[in-house]
Amino acid sequence: MAQTLAEKIIANAAGLDSVAPGEIVTCQVDLAMMHDSAGPRMAGRKLDELGVPVWDLDKLVVITDHYINDDNPEHNGVQKHAYDWVMSHGIKNFIKEQGICHIVLPEGGHVKPGMFIVGGDSHSVTGGAFGTIMVGIGATEMTGVLATGEIWVRVPETVKVDITGNLKPGVSAKDVILKLCGDHGIMGFNYQALEYGGEAVSAMSVEERMTLANMAAELGAKAGYCEPDEKTEAVLTKWGATGIDIQTWRSDPDASYAKTVTVSGDALSPQVAAPSSPENAAPVEAHQGTKLDQAYLGACTGAKLDDLRMAAQVLKGRKVQSGFKFMISPSSLSMQEEARADGTLQILEDAGGVILPMGCSGCIGIGPARLEENAVGISSTNRNFVGRAGPKSSKLFLASPYTVAASAIKGAIADPREFL
Amino acid sequence: MSIIKGSAWAYGANIDTDALAPIGSYSGADNIEAGAVHCLRDMDPGFAKGVKEGDIFVATDNLGIGSSREAAPLFLRTLGIRCVVAKSFARIFYRNCFNIGLPALVCPNAAEIAKGDTLAIDTSTGEIVDETQGTTFRCQPIPDHLMSIVDEGGLMPYLEKKLAKSA
Ligand code: SF4
Repeated sequence: MAQTLAEKIIANAAGLDSVAPGEIVTCQVDLAMMHDSAGPRMAGRKLDELGVPVWDLDKLVVITDHYINDDNPEHNGVQKHAYDWVMSHGIKNFIKEQGICHIVLPEGGHVKPGMFIVGGDSHSVTGGAFGTIMVGIGATEMTGVLATGEIWVRVPETVKVDITGNLKPGVSAKDVILKLCGDHGIMGFNYQALEYGGEAVSAMSVEERMTLANMAAELGAKAGYCEPDEKTEAVLTKWGATGIDIQTWRSDPDASYAKTVTVSGDALSPQVAAPSSPENAAPVEAHQGTKLDQAYLGACTGAKLDDLRMAAQVLKGRKVQSGFKFMISPSSLSMQEEARADGTLQILEDAGGVILPMGCSGCIGIGPARLEENAVGISSTNRNFVGRAGPKSSKLFLASPYTVAASAIKGAIADPREFL
Repeated sequence: MSIIKGSAWAYGANIDTDALAPIGSYSGADNIEAGAVHCLRDMDPGFAKGVKEGDIFVATDNLGIGSSREAAPLFLRTLGIRCVVAKSFARIFYRNCFNIGLPALVCPNAAEIAKGDTLAIDTSTGEIVDETQGTTFRCQPIPDHLMSIVDEGGLMPYLEKKLAKSA
C-alpha cells in the first residue's frame, strides 16, 4: 500500500507493514528527549515513584535549557535536581546548557531520518525537519515512555503543504509558516501531520526547514516534516549522525493525502503576527510604523545560525535606533560560536544589539528580554499568547529575523526589503 | 461507571496553556497546589476562587492549545474539576488530561452549555444531561484504550498495575 512518510515511520515503529489514518497503534520509540522543565523534575520523579529504571539508556537524551543562566534560586534548584537525577540514573546522553533542546538534539548527532521520536515539549515537532516523526508529549506520558519505551499513537492524516516557486529576498521560512498560521488558524491542522514540500522547500537550508517544522505546533499539527535529501544528509553528517538513509524515508509517489494546501513562494511578502496569536498574521504593510519598545532574536525558532545571518544582512553597516533595546539569544552555543567566528555577531553588536546567554529565556519571559508592563515588542520566537513573554499588559508581535532586525533599526515595525 | 455530576464553568475558544497555567505560577511537581490559584487569572479571576469540587470545565474549540505543560490540566483537577468537555482539544492537552486522570469529552454542542448549568455526565457512554436546560448532549465516546486509563484513574496507576503484572 502506498504510504506517506508519516505513515511509513509510524508503521515501522509499530512493527507493521502499513498503517492507515485513524488507526490506533502502539509504537516503540527510537528516541526520547526531555528537558529540565518537564524532564527529571516531573517525568523523572514519577518514574522513581513507579520504581523502575529507564527502559533503554541509549535512547534517552536529557537536555537542560529552560531555567538556565539566571540567579533565581528556584531555577537553580531545578538545575540541581536535573543534574542529580541524571547522575543517579546513569543517563548516558546528557546535554547540559549547550542550547535549546530542539537544536542541540540534532546537533548532538542523535537524530536521523525514519526515526519515531517523542519529546517532552510541544515544539518537539522541530525534529521533523530531518525526515523523522517527532511528537510532543506531556510529563506523565513521558513517564510511560521512560518505563516501557512504548506509546499509543493515533495515525494522523497527512496534509501536503506545497510551497511553490522561490522566496524573494527578505522573505524566509518564518514568513511561510506565519502565512500558514494566518490562512489556516492556530489549530488549522489539529491532529494531522504536515508534509512540507515543493520547490521553495527544496531550495531552503535545513535550518530554515527546522523553522517550518517547529511551528507546525502553532498549526495544531501532531507532526510537521520534510522529506530528507542530500542537504539533510550533509548537515546530519556534520553533526555526527551515522547510518543516514535518505532513500527509504520518503513518501511513496502515489501516497494519498487528506488534502493539499499551497503557499506561493513567489507572491509571499514578509509577515507579521499581531498580539496575541500567531494566527493574527498579515503582510508587514498592515503594521508598518507601529512603535516598539524592544526587539528580540531568540528561541528554537528564530536565533539559529541562518537566522542570525539574516538579521546581520539587514543590520550590516547600520545602527538600531538609539536607546532601543535589541537583544539576541542564540539558539545554541555552537551556533553562537560559529556566528562569532564568521563575524555575524560582530555585525549585530556593532549595530547596537546585546548578546544574551543562549537558552529559552526571553521566549518564556525570563531574563533581560522579559517584556515590561505595557511594553510592545517584536520577536522571532514562535508564540505571542497573553502573558507568555511578559505581563498581561505587554504586547508581542512575531516576525522573521529579517523583519525583527529592520524593526530594530526604525524602533517601529518595518519592512526588511527596504534594507536589502 | 459512575456519573460525574457538577456545575459547569463554560468558556469559549482557544483557551491556551499560558492562560491555564501561567509561566512562573508554579515550579515543578511540588507547587501544583500553590500554582493552581493562578489558573485563568488573566481571563477570569473569579474562576480559581469560585470553582468547587466536582465541577465541570466546558470550552468550545481548541481547548488547551500551546505548550505541553501538564500543569494546565493538573491545575484544573487540583481546583476540583472532575471532567472537561470541549468542542475540540489540542492534542497534547487532550492526552495530558487522561494521563493525569481527568476524563476529556469531545462534545460538538459544547457551546450550548451555559455557565452554572448542572451537568450529569456518563463518561462510559459520552452522554451529558444538562439538568438546568433539560437537554441531553451526546459526545464522542471515549476510545476503549483511553477508557482503560480512565478506569484506573490515570496513566500512573495504570502503569503501576501493568508493570506489576509483567514483573
Ligand atoms: S525557545 Fe521557547 S518555544 Fe523553544 S523550547 Fe524554549 S521555551 Fe519552548
